[in-house]
Amino acid sequence: MVFNHDIVIVGSGLAGLRAALEAVGKADVALISKVYPTRSHSGAAQGGIAAALGNEEPDSWEWHMYDTVKGGDYLTDQDAAEILAADAPRAVYELEHLGVPFDRRADGTIAQRAFGGHTRNFGEAAVKRACHAADRTGRVILDTLYWETVRKGITVYPEFQMLDLIRQDGQVLGLVAYELATGELHVFRSRIVLLATGGFGKVFKTSSNCFANTGEGHYLAYQAGIPLEDMEFVQFHPTGVYGLGILISEAARGEGGILVNGEGERFMERYAPTIKDLAPRDLISQAIYQEIRAGRGVGGRDFVHLDLTLLGPEKLAEKLSDITSFVKIYLGIDPAKDLIPVQPTCHYMMGGIPTNAHGQVLDQDQHPVPGLYAAGECACLSLHGANRLGCNSLLDLVVFGRLAGKMMIADLGQLPRNDAPVRPEETIATRIRVLKERKKGEKTGILRQAVQKLMMDHCSVFRQAAGLSAALDEIRTLQERAKTVAIDNRGPRFNTDLLEALELESLLGLSEIIVLSALAREESRGAHLREDYPGRNDDAWLKHTLIQKTAAKPAIFYKPVTITRFQPQTRHY
Amino acid sequence: MKMQFKIFRFDPQTDKGPYFRHYSVAAEPEERILDCLNRIKWEQDGTLSYRMSCAHGVCGSDGMKINGTCRLACQALVKDYQCPEVVLEPLPVFPVLKDLVVDMEPFLEQIKLLQPYLLAPAAEPEAERKQTPEERKKLGEVIRCILCACCTSSCPVNWVNDKYIGPAALVWAHRFIFDSRDGEQPARLRRLDQPDGAWGCENHFECTRVCPKEIPVTKSINQIKQEIEKKLR
Repeated sequence: MVFNHDIVIVGSGLAGLRAALEAVGKADVALISKVYPTRSHSGAAQGGIAAALGNEEPDSWEWHMYDTVKGGDYLTDQDAAEILAADAPRAVYELEHLGVPFDRRADGTIAQRAFGGHTRNFGEAAVKRACHAADRTGRVILDTLYWETVRKGITVYPEFQMLDLIRQDGQVLGLVAYELATGELHVFRSRIVLLATGGFGKVFKTSSNCFANTGEGHYLAYQAGIPLEDMEFVQFHPTGVYGLGILISEAARGEGGILVNGEGERFMERYAPTIKDLAPRDLISQAIYQEIRAGRGVGGRDFVHLDLTLLGPEKLAEKLSDITSFVKIYLGIDPAKDLIPVQPTCHYMMGGIPTNAHGQVLDQDQHPVPGLYAAGECACLSLHGANRLGCNSLLDLVVFGRLAGKMMIADLGQLPRNDAPVRPEETIATRIRVLKERKKGEKTGILRQAVQKLMMDHCSVFRQAAGLSAALDEIRTLQERAKTVAIDNRGPRFNTDLLEALELESLLGLSEIIVLSALAREESRGAHLREDYPGRNDDAWLKHTLIQKTAAKPAIFYKPVTITRFQPQTRHY
Repeated sequence: MKMQFKIFRFDPQTDKGPYFRHYSVAAEPEERILDCLNRIKWEQDGTLSYRMSCAHGVCGSDGMKINGTCRLACQALVKDYQCPEVVLEPLPVFPVLKDLVVDMEPFLEQIKLLQPYLLAPAAEPEAERKQTPEERKKLGEVIRCILCACCTSSCPVNWVNDKYIGPAALVWAHRFIFDSRDGEQPARLRRLDQPDGAWGCENHFECTRVCPKEIPVTKSINQIKQEIEKKLR
């Protein structure tokens, strides 16, 4: 079928929902999502949303901005960080007004707690800035915004997967989507497409991400010739459940939990003497691996312990009940009594589709691509620089989702009316037909597991040229093998076998892009740690990486970082 | 260890009727039933359909009947199924679309009818509305709902009466009836004061037993009934 809308938003996590709520009533808006909206991965965010409300103790948005810039190891574009921090209190009040059930203080105001890298007075000590609803903050915000879109009558196409962007003369004119329930390909004609497709942590073996996070938005933008920015910066969250990668929120440490190594030592005192276990995620993940390498993992193995026994059963039940239940279910242990084995887990992509603060996607010359917007984790502002602070992600989604919504409305009348190409679904229809007709070939799952292991071994917390180069060769071999993938399911209904085979291309393509960007950056900054290039090198590398598809091979170039208030300094915590 | 599975298969468009297919798969005791399903799908039979996403009980996608009990495949561990065969079936009550995938629209529709959003008195303050920790505590259990539909699928009343609004919708009603910031409590209560509303609940406690988020569902429904008696009589 052909559907016509002014604006089509791809992805129904918080960025997509917030943008839709801004645009509804002013334009015909539709949301498409590969999962039911309330299954979106924003719902897995646990710890909180940052805003300098100052409910618990003095705080200021300038301190929040500084923390964001320092946390990003000075790769953060400071104009974006300023918008984020300054707009945060308004954004949180707005969520409260919509009904988000934040935890409360005795005086009835929103409760706040400490979080990694959040400090008072430019790094003096930890500050309580994270607004939260127990340890399911993302989920309650997702539910609230989803029911709000229902209330506003926004058209939602659930379980529709974007497979192609429709473009003509550089302008985006819609997309092609696959309906899971029927197997039909549909054409969405629109004047604007907003990509809000989230991250793609599924390129790594150990990840806190859901199965849906496979990066179609990033990959289709890249295929369309749009450069991707800062793709080497991949966040590993320090506390994933050992062996499973399930997230244990930083809130566990914000509420008083500590990390201990195999010798029972609170090792973060050595790495971050001021804020210790509340250092940013890049530093803690690196510290955990240093401990493991020095033989101080638990029992000499590849994990350390998170100690929440100090919190007591009441606080665990009230403030951290979801993670208490996760470790009970999956590890059979009681965090009130037992230590939790943890290891870093791939959590967030700092890089992505370059945009300005209004969500307009930027081409290689920094000009907006007509008709294409991006917001949320798939976009790169670059707000999080080389390492995102906890609680800045939920905030990013609602602050910049809203701004993208406003700009789309402003832009709508300006866009030239171009006719879309005839039968835009032809290319993808052919690909699907070829896949379904192939009788014998490689299994998607085997190739996917191979790339996930490669990325984990060579491109996770520690990186060096030899490993990255070896990984690149292997990825290219896997890309060749992926051309002969065969599937079992040739039917039309709920054919996730087919979709997983199609997703494999983006997983492999994005892995290649991460590795190429990581190989090129010969310094260590934030989450990108090159063992062969230790230390940050501002003279040569205080710049954003851009990688673009060209006819010959991916081209890498750079653009400057926006520095307004805070000059780069050595990071100490 | 080797696990034996008997899995419900049905494509309403092409199959004469539902049938079961048997699978055998290697699994570690600490693994999830969802891990087994994925292994079956990825290595043996790509035609199998089911929903899943977060794999740790947050998104609510993979509700299904496992050996007769509705629960999330990602919260069920292999070690707890020391039986000759694990039987996987779709959630009852809802129409099957394919294999373990059911139509969630009727489920969501029931909740949408209840206006699951805050209907607050007009003026919004500049900052947050005030709510005491005690007032907020009344919502602490019901906001754990992840819309997995295990409760509604397990309710014996829902099995025989498709008009009954069901436990999940009542949990969502509770979430707003007892939110001190909401201004429409009387209307919300009136809507539920009917035989297929809150009074449809017969206290079977099946919802409470199966809820993967340990929400005291039956208790919450009874609080609604008490509130109706208190405020509307």
